[in-house]
Amino acid sequence: MEPVDLDFEESELELPSEPMTLNMGPSHPAMHGTIRMVLTLEGEKIKQVDVQPGYLHRGFEKMCERGTWQQVFPYTDRLNYVSPLLNNVGYALAVEKLLGITVPRRCQLLRVILGELSRISDHLTCNGAMAMELGAFTPFLWFLKAREWAWDACEEQTGARLTHSFFRVGGAADAPTDRLEGMSRAILPKIQEVVDEGASLLLKNRIFLDRTQGVGILSREDALSMGASGPVLRCTGIDYDVRKDKPYLTYDEVDFDVPVGEDGDTYDRFMCRLEEIRQSARIIEQSLDLLNKIKPGTPDYAINVSDPRIVLPPKSEVYSTIEGTINHFKLIMEGIDVPPGEVYQYTEAGNGELGFLLVSRGGGNPWRVRVRGPCFFSLQCAKPMILGSMLADIIPAFGSINMIGGECDR
Amino acid sequence: MADVNLETRVMGGGDSGFVTTKFEALLNWARKYSLFQYPFATACCGMEFFSTASPRYDIARFGAEAPRFSPRQADVLWVVGTISHRQAPALKRIYDQMTEPKWVIAFGTCASCGGFYDNYATVPGIDKLIPVDVMIPGCPPRPEAVLDGLMLLQDKIGRGDRTPAVLKNTELPADKVRSLEQLHQLRLKR
Amino acid sequence: MSKIILDRLVEKFGADVRETSSFRGDDVALIALSRWREAAEFVKSDPRCQCDYFVDLSVVDLCDPRTDDLDMEDRFEVYVIAYSVTKKHRVRLKTRTSGEDPRVPTLSAVWKGANWLEREAFDMYGVRFDGHPDLRRILMYEEFQGFPLRKEYPANKAQPLVAYREGTFDRLGPFLTDEGMPLNRGPSVDLLDPALPLDRAPRSDPND
Repeated sequence: MEPVDLDFEESELELPSEPMTLNMGPSHPAMHGTIRMVLTLEGEKIKQVDVQPGYLHRGFEKMCERGTWQQVFPYTDRLNYVSPLLNNVGYALAVEKLLGITVPRRCQLLRVILGELSRISDHLTCNGAMAMELGAFTPFLWFLKAREWAWDACEEQTGARLTHSFFRVGGAADAPTDRLEGMSRAILPKIQEVVDEGASLLLKNRIFLDRTQGVGILSREDALSMGASGPVLRCTGIDYDVRKDKPYLTYDEVDFDVPVGEDGDTYDRFMCRLEEIRQSARIIEQSLDLLNKIKPGTPDYAINVSDPRIVLPPKSEVYSTIEGTINHFKLIMEGIDVPPGEVYQYTEAGNGELGFLLVSRGGGNPWRVRVRGPCFFSLQCAKPMILGSMLADIIPAFGSINMIGGECDR
Repeated sequence: MADVNLETRVMGGGDSGFVTTKFEALLNWARKYSLFQYPFATACCGMEFFSTASPRYDIARFGAEAPRFSPRQADVLWVVGTISHRQAPALKRIYDQMTEPKWVIAFGTCASCGGFYDNYATVPGIDKLIPVDVMIPGCPPRPEAVLDGLMLLQDKIGRGDRTPAVLKNTELPADKVRSLEQLHQLRLKR
Repeated sequence: MSKIILDRLVEKFGADVRETSSFRGDDVALIALSRWREAAEFVKSDPRCQCDYFVDLSVVDLCDPRTDDLDMEDRFEVYVIAYSVTKKHRVRLKTRTSGEDPRVPTLSAVWKGANWLEREAFDMYGVRFDGHPDLRRILMYEEFQGFPLRKEYPANKAQPLVAYREGTFDRLGPFLTDEGMPLNRGPSVDLLDPALPLDRAPRSDPND
């Protein structure tokens, strides 16, 4: 049979097309977040795009002003809900900066270890979900299997699977459990094995490579002036990582590398995250070694700062002594008396620079808690990434931004 | 077939037995084990929803693993996470687009009652927008609780019950065990 | 931390840098509103500052409704944080605007990222950014009345639910119309009437 268009010239086949407006979202299967994109398409090319976040605005900043300083912790869990412990750490450090205190070394190491476990779970989820959106369901299931192991270790320590609220101003809720070290050391090689296995399925797959390489390119200038951070910034070749550039906790004592990309495309972001899983595992291993070197009885061995104006007394004292009861009551009802001032504290969270700007006017309640959620900035980069490319390229580009609603819309 | 309902009778014996039942009961029995789901995942609970679908908890065991992202093909609407005022019209629209019979599960505290987001932006529970069949409390609920909620929905479908239900804590005999001896006795009883 | 940026700012703007501080190591400069944009351009382009990385922009409401007048002078404090990836230093610039008619020049031409952040500040506080290319709400919806993060807005004051709308483009830019499909308000769920406040929504009658 002859092809029907045998007699036609190629040019004659081109039909005039009118731009078409397409609403993507706010509940779209291929976008793991609640967001709407209003697109103007010419054929399949994206001519104009309006990215509309805000579908998960839950009034985080307003709720923080209502309670005491300690009551913010449960809300921080639900900012970036794939790596809640990193948010806990970020907020705790910010209040401690305002108070001018430093937590004991053992608590610092615990924060590093649990934070990095959270980062692993963050990157596993992001990479897995992105692969799933491109049709690769198996790596997604494998990565989730590995994520469960990371959550097991977090659950062993904090008692919760996802919303931990574990760290406190001036310390942590509990000392490291006996099993944390064993579990962490056991799961890290297993996670690495699963990651390598899952990645090998993707990185030799023609479809995956074609849909990620050279897709969603972000230029260095745009990334900088739009405030992208984390893997979205590092994929463009800028090695800005708060853990290296302004080390906090004990990050300056451990040896790790910051992976950077070259082209700023989706593939580079995927690879940056894969490598960061490896580096996080290295940090955890080294931090566990450092944790073992702290001798019981030394000031470093404590978990909380020894200041009754900041840290709750032990429960045995609360229930048996009047001083303990009063101390507990005052701290719960009135909150920590934070001196007036204004600080901005930033840490490296799963998606990049997580900053808290805290304003205190004295007393137990925050005057203003501003959170710089890295997603919001990365999401702004979605427009230059996808403008001019094909409709189908939105999915990998958007997936690699790792838009987390709680953190983006707050 | 024995779990269809009380109106079902298994008769006869040997190789040629037969079953009588009501058509509606048979239909409900078939429906409850082949639920196509529409995951309306918005927030933190979505992560636990992933986990429930993942290999360890494996929602496929309950015949409810097939996600359908077109509301017209779905039977169960999982509302997973906080619904803000801005999101509410979209949720309502998706519910309207689903074909009967349809069921709704409110996954987590936010979807059930708004949770601790008692503020200007959040809808205090999706029952303000659409009828809900099962509410699963928890912030977020553990996958075990989610599966419990799914089983509750299946039970309700089987009974043809459309009243809203809240998933209660199931107390297992093992929860009361405080010592090894008690555990031993519990085993002996079984 | 070095105070190069603060020194350079004082050198260049003199008395228009109202005050500088380095509380807990954060370098902060309060700039006069008239030279806000100029100062931002300066920290970005000055070869000794080179703050090309945009970190954050937001607003702090300085008004306490229990004691202060809502239209007070210097009510809203707009701040921007910039960082230099090469020099590894950062600065926080602040300026203040009145509560009566809060207006600040836009920085979206200096750092592209300021675009969304200024929209957010407008959305939450009602601060208008003069010269902003596309100043509309970003986190809340168009029908929302008031500015939720202002101190006088009660945290739990809910507003009526709104109807579903499609997004479209216009010559003026993207906006939302209500021309999409009208809401199907079934007999069992008649709660989405925009005229009804949430707390007074009627219970639906099952026999309806």
